[in-house]
Amino acid sequence: MAKNKLTTGKVQSIISNLLIVEADGPVSQNEICYINLSGVKLMAEVIKINGNNAYVQVFESTRGLKIGNSVEFTGHMLEVTLGPGILSKNFDGLQNDLDKMEGVFLKRGDYTNPLEDDKLWEFKPLAKAGDKVAAGDWIGEVKENWIHHKTMVPFKFTGSFTIKSIVSEGKYTINDTIAVLSNEKNEDIPVAMAQKWPVRIPIRNYKSKPRPFKLMETGVRTMDILNPIVEGGTGFIPGPFGSGKTVLQHALAKQAEADLIVVAACGERANEVVEIFKEYPELDDPRTGRKLMERTTIIANTSNMPVAAREASVYTAMTISEYYRAMGLKVLLLADSTSRWAQALREMSNRMEELPGPDAFPMDLSAIISSFYARAGYVYLNNGKTGSVTFIGTVSPAGGNLKEPVTESTKKAARCFYGLSQQRADSKRYPAIDPIDSYSKYLEYTEFKEYINKNFSSDWIENVLYTKNILLRGKEAYEQINILGDDGVPINYHLNFWKSEVIDFVILQQDAFDEVDASTPIERQKYMLKSIINICKNDYKFDSFEEVNPYFKKIINFYKQMNYSEFQSDKFNGFKKELNATIEERKIA
Amino acid sequence: METQAFQKIYTKITQVTKATCSLSAPGISYEELAVINGRLAQVVKINKDIVTLQVFSGTEGIPTNAEVIFMGKPPTLKVSDELSGRIFNAYGKPIDGMPDIQGEEREIGSPSVNPVRREQPSELIATGIAGIDLNNTIVTGQKIPFFADPDQPFNQVMAMVALRAQADRIILGGMGMTNDDFLFYKNVFENAGASDRIVSFINTTENPSVERLLVPEMTLAAAEYFAVDKNEKVLVLLTDMTLYADALSIVSNRMDQIPSKDSMPGSLYSDLAKIYEKAVQFPSGGSITIIAVTTLSGGDITHAIPDNTGYITEGQLFLRKDSDIGKVIVDPFRSLSRLKQLVIGKQTREDHPQVMNAAIRLFADATNAKTKLQNGFDLSDYDERTLNFAKDYSNDLLAIDVNIEIDEMLNTGWRLFNKYFSPEEVGIKKEFVDKYWTKEEE
Repeated sequence: MAKNKLTTGKVQSIISNLLIVEADGPVSQNEICYINLSGVKLMAEVIKINGNNAYVQVFESTRGLKIGNSVEFTGHMLEVTLGPGILSKNFDGLQNDLDKMEGVFLKRGDYTNPLEDDKLWEFKPLAKAGDKVAAGDWIGEVKENWIHHKTMVPFKFTGSFTIKSIVSEGKYTINDTIAVLSNEKNEDIPVAMAQKWPVRIPIRNYKSKPRPFKLMETGVRTMDILNPIVEGGTGFIPGPFGSGKTVLQHALAKQAEADLIVVAACGERANEVVEIFKEYPELDDPRTGRKLMERTTIIANTSNMPVAAREASVYTAMTISEYYRAMGLKVLLLADSTSRWAQALREMSNRMEELPGPDAFPMDLSAIISSFYARAGYVYLNNGKTGSVTFIGTVSPAGGNLKEPVTESTKKAARCFYGLSQQRADSKRYPAIDPIDSYSKYLEYTEFKEYINKNFSSDWIENVLYTKNILLRGKEAYEQINILGDDGVPINYHLNFWKSEVIDFVILQQDAFDEVDASTPIERQKYMLKSIINICKNDYKFDSFEEVNPYFKKIINFYKQMNYSEFQSDKFNGFKKELNATIEERKIA
Repeated sequence: METQAFQKIYTKITQVTKATCSLSAPGISYEELAVINGRLAQVVKINKDIVTLQVFSGTEGIPTNAEVIFMGKPPTLKVSDELSGRIFNAYGKPIDGMPDIQGEEREIGSPSVNPVRREQPSELIATGIAGIDLNNTIVTGQKIPFFADPDQPFNQVMAMVALRAQADRIILGGMGMTNDDFLFYKNVFENAGASDRIVSFINTTENPSVERLLVPEMTLAAAEYFAVDKNEKVLVLLTDMTLYADALSIVSNRMDQIPSKDSMPGSLYSDLAKIYEKAVQFPSGGSITIIAVTTLSGGDITHAIPDNTGYITEGQLFLRKDSDIGKVIVDPFRSLSRLKQLVIGKQTREDHPQVMNAAIRLFADATNAKTKLQNGFDLSDYDERTLNFAKDYSNDLLAIDVNIEIDEMLNTGWRLFNKYFSPEEVGIKKEFVDKYWTKEEE
């Protein structure tokens, strides 16, 4: 892509943020250019080329632009800077450091450095002169917060290299040359800690990408037990507004067992991002005792920020995730919401007057979504270490109708489906993940089963399926009761229904705002599941259906009090004792 | 941006459609304003030297030799303290018979606030209505609409909220408002002696519909002046956002854009977000809170306008007539304030979240019991109790004519729990039951 002389151009046409630019030289698809508006440079991306005319989408408001404004092409695609200092930052969709911007309001053309050029990092070499290396290999590391941030041979390098020299342990900036490599032609190539990578292209410097198999603990019971997500897995959460998508995503960001969390706030509410900015630096990570912000990076392109940059933001977030995966870390990428990204695609496709697909979305929406989800995964790096990017996106289906193009396209790509139900949300049964409709394909993976058998217990999956079955039976019983009436069905129906209610209230429902209940460690989940399975397997004696409801309400109440108490504390055990006494009252031995 | 008017006069229009005129004019900048035979228009498209203008009041009667003067600037509003108590049209021109105001001229549609410079909303706005304060607490810097059918008393409720809420400034943006409704607001505010802290931008049904596209940005430009320059707590009322969106669809249709769901433009989400996201808590203490009205047709919230709105706003409020008590209530199931978690149980009493949830759950049980009753089934003792509870809960708490302090709302909740249920049935954390369960006689 390198060009000797950079192409320039002039603006020929303006419709909202789509410009047609007449270029005086070669232009490439997705190349970045800058529009000069009386001294302010507005960033734009080429999205279509026709003869000398480049169609570019501007990442900013185009107010005040005129025909004839000059344009400079840069010769490269949209790139992010990768190097120490990314962690804990708040970026916009184009990786500008939001904290470095001056003033309360965003200014057009205000692009800030994502990293710090003058900061000194304590560098420790991991390779020595004479070592053979290739792109992605670790040659050194620095301490970034608490992680060992690896310096890698730039991903753009192709072929094999020999380290000619590497600096000794000491303090360096991200742009200092820390090593000199020589290629097959014996040319010297300097390497620094910072490197650039085009966001739309996946980073593929790993040996293999197996089927993922390791459970990723989220602390959300209905996910971990019923529909588990795995390290390197993909999942999505569709739900109408008000069904708790964002609360659920925040719960995952706070609790999930990952080394790093990248949050892409894509076209959503600004106040939700503010919640992360303000709370995470204060909140403790229950696993490490560090502050949550130390493991979190935020890409904020909220709904009122320019639409084109919203589309770029998910790619920026994914590229940063892949970068840390290449260091052998477990990364969780959360995108809220991928529907806004799809809408950004739609707005642009509309302005380009492309023939529309369903609901006016571009025809290739499905392909775009699939190839994005495909970037997640569990990988074996070239040095034998492992790393993963787990991706969970939310979808905001128009009208809450899951038969719309974004949900349907995502369903083809993601392996876990966490459908939020309006009905559950209305009756405040949070998290509102529908236990019947939702699924995790990983439960069927033999690799996952083997892992669970080895690390959990051999009857775990059986118990999970049993629990799902009770829920289904409970639902059927409930429908029958509604049709035939309380006394029109055998008592057994009431029993089936109430057993499923116990599972619902005790396992599925979880109070995200309660200190104890918000996150349930896996050991506690194992305990609870076992206890509930026993309740469900028991037989009980009732003389009339009217006795069933109050009895199980009592049981649920004890369980809920247990959920609110510290695991195995005196309080917890006190409730457990009362619970057991209640069970004995009616249990048939 | 230079404010000097560009005085060259063009007289050769090459194309006229229902909403737009095109002419050849070099050196024009995007989104600039122009005047065509005295009508205001804005540049929406430039192709080489052909400029397309959107004429706000429509193109009826515009001849091809009309005089076109470009003004060299996008739409602006003059801001100063003189705005207080005044009434303007969609262009920011006074319509209250008083002279133009003096002040700094600012472009409307200003850039977004940098998200890292926002403060987390944290100040409760009490309204005295339990359906809002107890179940759907509103916070400064929040944006929340009423989803209401046209026959519901949303204007009354909104006026009540505006007057009771402790705001320094109220800015009313009326889009497609009937003249009667406009006079209603005016009278209510005048009678309350609040006129001097109110600024209004009004487009009534008598004005051209495309003009109302300017109203939200005018309203918010004024709001930003008071919130940023004066550090005031500003409450913005926008009604009716459905009519605003309708105007958007008219324009996009006339610009030959491909419509998406419900014939709305594909950019509806971004267009609405640009307005609602102006709600903000500034670090300096000023804030903009937006309460809007989105009218529904037949209560359908899956229509593109309420649907997109719901994804943008921080909750929504539904009004509903409760036939059991014959009053309008704030629907506890469908209403939601997303920011309530920031204040309830923190700025309000500790038991607030649990009392709120328990009461709604029991109210839901009552709804189930009602369904059973309608289907001709016998009710259990528990069903009967939930029905009685629901009636009291509706009347003492949900009805919009309730006007009490939040602690009293909580006490009322506990009183009703005690009257009809046992602590197990209510299912609240034991500490709170021990502390607040009223020890009165059954």
